[in-house]
Amino acid sequence: MILKTPVDRRNLLRGAALASGGMALAPLFPAWAKSGSHGLHSLAGQPGVLSGDNIEVSVGQSSFRLGKKTGHAYTINGTLPGPLIRLREGQNVKLVVRNTLDEDTSVHWHGMLLPFHMDGVPGVSYPGIGPGESFTYEFPMKQHGTYWYHSHSHMQEAMGMYGALIVDPAGKDPIAYDREHVLVLSDWSFAHAHVNFTKQKQKAGYFNKRKQTFAGLAKGEDQPLSERMMWGQMLMDPTDIADVTGAYYHYLINGHDSMGNWTGIFQPGERVRLRIINAAAMSNFNIRVPGLPMTIVAADGLPLTPVETDEFQIAVAETWDVIIEPKEAIPFAFIAESIDRSGQCRATLAPQMGMVAPIPPLRERPLLTMKDMGMDHGSGGGDMAGMDHSKMTPEEMAAMGSMDHSSMNMRDPSVAPQVKMGPGVASLAPMPMDRNNERPTGLEKVPHRVLTLSQLRALEPNPDQRTPSREIDVHLTANMERYMWSMDGEKYSEKTEPLPFRHNERVRVNLINHTMMPHPIHLHGHFFEVVNGQKGQYPRKNVVNVLPGAKVTFDFTADAMGDWAFHCHMLMHMHAGMFRVVTVRHEEEGQ
Amino acid sequence: MNYSLLLSAAALLATPAFAQSGHQGHDMPAEKAEPNKSPPVSDPHAGHDMGAADEPPVIAQPAKEAADPHAGHDMNADVAEPTPTDEVGNVPAPAPPGDHAADAIFGGDVMARSRKELAYEVGGMGYSLVTIDLLEVGVQKGRDSYRFEGEAFTGGNINRFGLKFEGEGAFGERIDDLELQALYSRAIAPYWNLQAGVRYDIKPDPSRTYLVAGVEGIAPYWFKLNAAGFVSNKGEVRARLEASYDQRLTQSLILQPRVEANIAFQDIRAIGVGSGLTDFEAGLRLRYEIEQEIAPYIGVEWRKQTGATARFSRAAGEDPETISLVAGIRIWF
Repeated sequence: MILKTPVDRRNLLRGAALASGGMALAPLFPAWAKSGSHGLHSLAGQPGVLSGDNIEVSVGQSSFRLGKKTGHAYTINGTLPGPLIRLREGQNVKLVVRNTLDEDTSVHWHGMLLPFHMDGVPGVSYPGIGPGESFTYEFPMKQHGTYWYHSHSHMQEAMGMYGALIVDPAGKDPIAYDREHVLVLSDWSFAHAHVNFTKQKQKAGYFNKRKQTFAGLAKGEDQPLSERMMWGQMLMDPTDIADVTGAYYHYLINGHDSMGNWTGIFQPGERVRLRIINAAAMSNFNIRVPGLPMTIVAADGLPLTPVETDEFQIAVAETWDVIIEPKEAIPFAFIAESIDRSGQCRATLAPQMGMVAPIPPLRERPLLTMKDMGMDHGSGGGDMAGMDHSKMTPEEMAAMGSMDHSSMNMRDPSVAPQVKMGPGVASLAPMPMDRNNERPTGLEKVPHRVLTLSQLRALEPNPDQRTPSREIDVHLTANMERYMWSMDGEKYSEKTEPLPFRHNERVRVNLINHTMMPHPIHLHGHFFEVVNGQKGQYPRKNVVNVLPGAKVTFDFTADAMGDWAFHCHMLMHMHAGMFRVVTVRHEEEGQ
Repeated sequence: MNYSLLLSAAALLATPAFAQSGHQGHDMPAEKAEPNKSPPVSDPHAGHDMGAADEPPVIAQPAKEAADPHAGHDMNADVAEPTPTDEVGNVPAPAPPGDHAADAIFGGDVMARSRKELAYEVGGMGYSLVTIDLLEVGVQKGRDSYRFEGEAFTGGNINRFGLKFEGEGAFGERIDDLELQALYSRAIAPYWNLQAGVRYDIKPDPSRTYLVAGVEGIAPYWFKLNAAGFVSNKGEVRARLEASYDQRLTQSLILQPRVEANIAFQDIRAIGVGSGLTDFEAGLRLRYEIEQEIAPYIGVEWRKQTGATARFSRAAGEDPETISLVAGIRIWF
């Protein structure tokens, strides 16, 4: 893949228009995202890698070329992805963001612990950055690990405005490695993000080009007729796994699609650290490197007790650090497969450029099950960790179908009394389950190890192990037919009341997913401990993916004063209203 | 404008307590990092105790403070006492604050505007949809005919305003029917909208105006339904029921059965309508979605007038029953 370079006069002029807000041509990839990278150690001081105490970046519009097609992108310093910002724990950084767009922009430092007014969410932490204006962020690095940054305005993030933010530890890195690569995953659409959003509103399931069909039924594919009838009766679509699919998205790794084949170099025998960031707007990915086990060493920036696996799911906005140890001088494919298996992106890890491993074919697409509706079918999935067959047998289905309608009630308000019932709430899960032990959607039966949430264990004991003094439920609700997404039945636009917390209060939060979609829920300004059975060493994250029909619990210490965004990181879900403000105050202030 | 100026100003001002504590642990001014802020990327081995290449990751020592979970915490007085057991407490939630944290730093007006934009962007945006369901020619005994039917709506998820329109006629003649509805639509349930407004029949002559009330939505098994009642300016009462279903044969080929029935509660001789079931139609259309928005179709339609209406038609020399082959295009945007 070749990016457009400014070759002719008109292009040069357009490039010069950058400062005045005109569309500029994207230069080549930033050095760190170029194919053939020897790893981050070779990149210090290269263009596109920003370090030090004073950093300036510029937000603008660029054209982005993929294959033969060129699209319109929002970029930071003119590249997609943006520059790699690399800082050190303990340093203070001043980040000046200049806005050359003719609309507002913002940059949010995802996962960073910082003063609330430096968090970069317009309407919550600050007013945003107006056209032609600049904003100076300034904050100390209180942590280390793999993070990222992105726009929090006008869905600009979906159109290219994201980049990696890496903070090196002040002391010794608890994760040992010989070489490191950053892999920023994303989903690119040539259509404007707002156009895509409108399509979703206009026609439910617009982007799903693999709905169940009569032809499929005749061929014995997908659900048998009885199941189709039952799902149809409930107005549920088992193929609706990713709202926007590979039929419309081009999946990218460091701005390269499979053909572009971003390649990272390793030497056999090295411990290679992959810093994987899911900057996609709407796509959760299955990650695997066929032929190599992966050792998971960090999630959302913070180190974990290493756990070896063969495949894991990365939700939107999560970051995962993985160690691979290739012993042979052969190429390996790094596969990011959309969880609905409508598309994938391949990158290559190889001892030298030009070597490629075969791209595995897309696997059979998964279908949602009754479990995804939050309907229990027996065990609850606890006993056989990760081996639970979440797909029901036809007999079980038949049994389900013959149940009386009272037990089939998918919208009984008594299961979630705090939810405001209305047209925006199409269903309530009758029995939301703890699915931490389960393999995520589509990976139930793959013949190798799959990471589950319950396997994650923080490397260090949790800093605050107090028992929460109280507990709240947050219900994730939707009407997919109208494309309405909300918390507790209310879109952010209809309820501006924040979720209040006392400073340093320890609170348990239950996220209950009543929808058939996974929701990567992100809390700004804090880490939370996912209550997954690893007591004392709960994994500390800032995004947790709540599977359909699942309940995920986290404890957190409200130690960051101010107002913070709390939302689903599926950009269209957030845009549709699945968003709240969390506010942390001293008690007396709330009176 | 550059907000760093504002920020410095804000830091100087005696801002409310929360704003100050927003700076907690944020040693903004002097305290720069060490002058030797060597870029960490020059050598991945630097500072690393690298043993053999296959050395397992370094497991950090458990933090010494681990024994005391409270250690290192700024336990403010406003924190409720933790319960001694593992049982999560039931301390009531604090009252939500009456203000917004960022107001003290960036100004209330600026932030109020920004919050309004956020609300618009996060759930407040509306959309429009224009659908032309039928745009077709029909071939049957007698003259070829044309027909169109569609709607245009704009608004939010709950409240919408829009138009419905339909018309038909035979080529070479004046249009037979031309009906326009202006409706307010309100979502009353996940799959149902209540609609009310005005219907104006430009044709047939003499024209009539009706008040409209109806429901439309999606019934279990994905049937699209629409039921509306009409009361005319002359006090006549009529009703219409419509149902359709999209059977996906393949991803792009869709078979749509469609039925419609019209009912009148009295004779309306002036426009040839008799009391009772006046007419019904049943159609089957097969469309191919070139794009989802553009789908040509072919189909067959059976229309039959019944009872008094059929009698009026026969009296006027018209056939109360027709079977047509239709071809057209369905468009939405």
